[in-house]
Amino acid sequence: MADPETGGRDLRLEHVSKRFGSFVAVDDLSLTIPSGSFFALLGPSGCGKTTTLRMVAGLEEPTDGTILIGDDDVTHARPYKRPVNTVFQSYALFPHLDIFENVAFGLRRRGSKKVTAEVEAALELVELGGMAKRKPAQLSGGQQQRVALARAIVNRPAVLLLDEPLGALDLKLRRQMQIELKRIQIEVGLTFVHVTHDQEEAMTMADTIAVMNSGRIEQMGGPTELYESPTTTFVANFLGQSNLIRATVSGSDGDDLVLEVHGQKVALPSALRNGGESDLHIGVRPEKIQLVPEGAAVEGARRNVLPGGVVSDASFTGVSTQYLVRMPWGQELMVFAQNLGTGGLLRRGTTVDLHWDPAHTFALDGRLDVNAGVDRTEGVASVPVG
Amino acid sequence: MSAAQGIGIGERQTLEDPQHDRGSTAPSQPGRRRLTPYLLLLPGMAWLTIFFIVPLVTLLSTSTQTRPDGAEIGVYTQTWRFANYTDTLDEYLTVFGRSFFYALIATVLALAISYPLAYAIAFKSGRWRNLLLVLVVAPFFVSFLLRTIAWKQILADQAWVADALRTVHLLGPDGRIINTAPAVVIGITYNFLPFMILPIYASLERVDPRLMEAAGDLYASALTTLRKVTIPLSLPGVVAGTLLTFIPAAGDYINSALLGNRDTTMVGNVIDSRFLRVVDYPTAAVLSVSLMLSILLLVAIYIRRSGTEELV
Repeated sequence: MADPETGGRDLRLEHVSKRFGSFVAVDDLSLTIPSGSFFALLGPSGCGKTTTLRMVAGLEEPTDGTILIGDDDVTHARPYKRPVNTVFQSYALFPHLDIFENVAFGLRRRGSKKVTAEVEAALELVELGGMAKRKPAQLSGGQQQRVALARAIVNRPAVLLLDEPLGALDLKLRRQMQIELKRIQIEVGLTFVHVTHDQEEAMTMADTIAVMNSGRIEQMGGPTELYESPTTTFVANFLGQSNLIRATVSGSDGDDLVLEVHGQKVALPSALRNGGESDLHIGVRPEKIQLVPEGAAVEGARRNVLPGGVVSDASFTGVSTQYLVRMPWGQELMVFAQNLGTGGLLRRGTTVDLHWDPAHTFALDGRLDVNAGVDRTEGVASVPVG
Repeated sequence: MSAAQGIGIGERQTLEDPQHDRGSTAPSQPGRRRLTPYLLLLPGMAWLTIFFIVPLVTLLSTSTQTRPDGAEIGVYTQTWRFANYTDTLDEYLTVFGRSFFYALIATVLALAISYPLAYAIAFKSGRWRNLLLVLVVAPFFVSFLLRTIAWKQILADQAWVADALRTVHLLGPDGRIINTAPAVVIGITYNFLPFMILPIYASLERVDPRLMEAAGDLYASALTTLRKVTIPLSLPGVVAGTLLTFIPAAGDYINSALLGNRDTTMVGNVIDSRFLRVVDYPTAAVLSVSLMLSILLLVAIYIRRSGTEELV
């Protein structure tokens, strides 16, 4: 369904940097976004993701580097000369034009012959068929969002940029629009580049996610890869939650590395080590850990065990119970126990052992900041350089 | 937005509740409460009555008065002579036409100067913005009269402007600017420029720059963005500015008196001389009322046409 004239072209950024005075917003960024993919730039506010997007749109000029769409160098092209359209965070609908004219704006500028048919099809796609004659102010936030999307999609750009498009919507509507966006992307087959600080949003929709931090890409990959095998503490903490524990390599056993974790031996399949020498952080996701009363046996041949934890907090959320377990060395680990209906709640103060499958461990360079990416308190990005 | 409104309504209801309670327990309260708004309106109403309604009625009444035979100069009695209107308008129709023509030209010129200037101040001035706005208003610190007299100097026959125009043969060897119609129009344009710039600036300043970005993103060049987005969105300011310029310009007499000649007489000059020099009150009143009504009519048509009733 992609326009042969504009479709089928990859977006490439080569060594792109953007500096505002002495502040480096984007630092030597290189990436290739294949045509037709749903790509997410994920990161906290100020990480450079919005600046990257604006450089692709032509609203900012890179300080260094090249931006290519297919084989065309668009690094210094004016915004209106690029086969790129943006869905703005503020929607930026033209208040003086009705919905039809808003959507028709790009088509009219390019002198399309079938404006009416294309606008109607685009409005149909976002399920706003009957709203053509209304003004933007008469629509709800969710509807305005759809108009903004239709207004961009109708032009069949080679790359569609989405700048936190769901940021202003409430949670329920946001979930609904996530599914909707994904459906539309598959239907029209355009390349979507989605900027967001919401890791769940990125994971739900994107084929490939680039996690950005301080103007650089920390890690890039599919949602599963990023979640199961993060390469930095930032990614481990920013995507979901991680228990990061200090460990040192003490030897090897076949394909496994043997690690010492606060006096306990823990096995780590060598392949799961992402960098680092002998000092490591090992990471386990909270839902991968099983809590058992002290000394109880656990099924399964190969288990890592950390004994001697004390439940310091338990909160039942329905789907699961979230435990905080204080370990003998003082660290509090997080454990999610799914509500399978077997076994009761563990009370506060219970002494427990922590078990997990060695294959569910990942290991990171011990020199990385263990708290990187933990603070995710910011809501909608309010800083323009997002 | 809706959440904030919801809270606002909620607060208002809780504020009203105790009032209701008090009303039911103390019967004297509601009566006083009902009077309060009118008491508050009183000063304003009094001001309007004394300074607007009474003079207006007097003016209307004067316009149909006549001078009894043998009466002294300046003594008129009410005779309901509506023919005053036809007589006067017959005589001064060309003056009316000239007034509106000058005002129109001056408004168009002021718009042509103001829009780019207001645009530059709103979007391109950066940290100079406040200084530029002060400069726009600065002429008001000097009297209107003095500034117009200053233009007399600038446009004078010996001044460099006229010299330069003669040198490039845009003006004949004996050509002059002062005491001509163009001088009057230049004076009016200059004097009402701030009234055009400020409303346009105010409405341009409210235009969200992100909308211009969006237009650029949707294949509109800078010029198309200006034409399709910026100008339509600043239209309320343009309408307000043109009205604020045109209305006083049509009634102006200082510029014509100081910069014009006998053939550039505007309605304001005639009213001035009829009221204060000839002491022909009815004619002056007829001209004033006619000027007022015709401006009202023109403005009504203009606002209707520009389709911005809700925006002005």
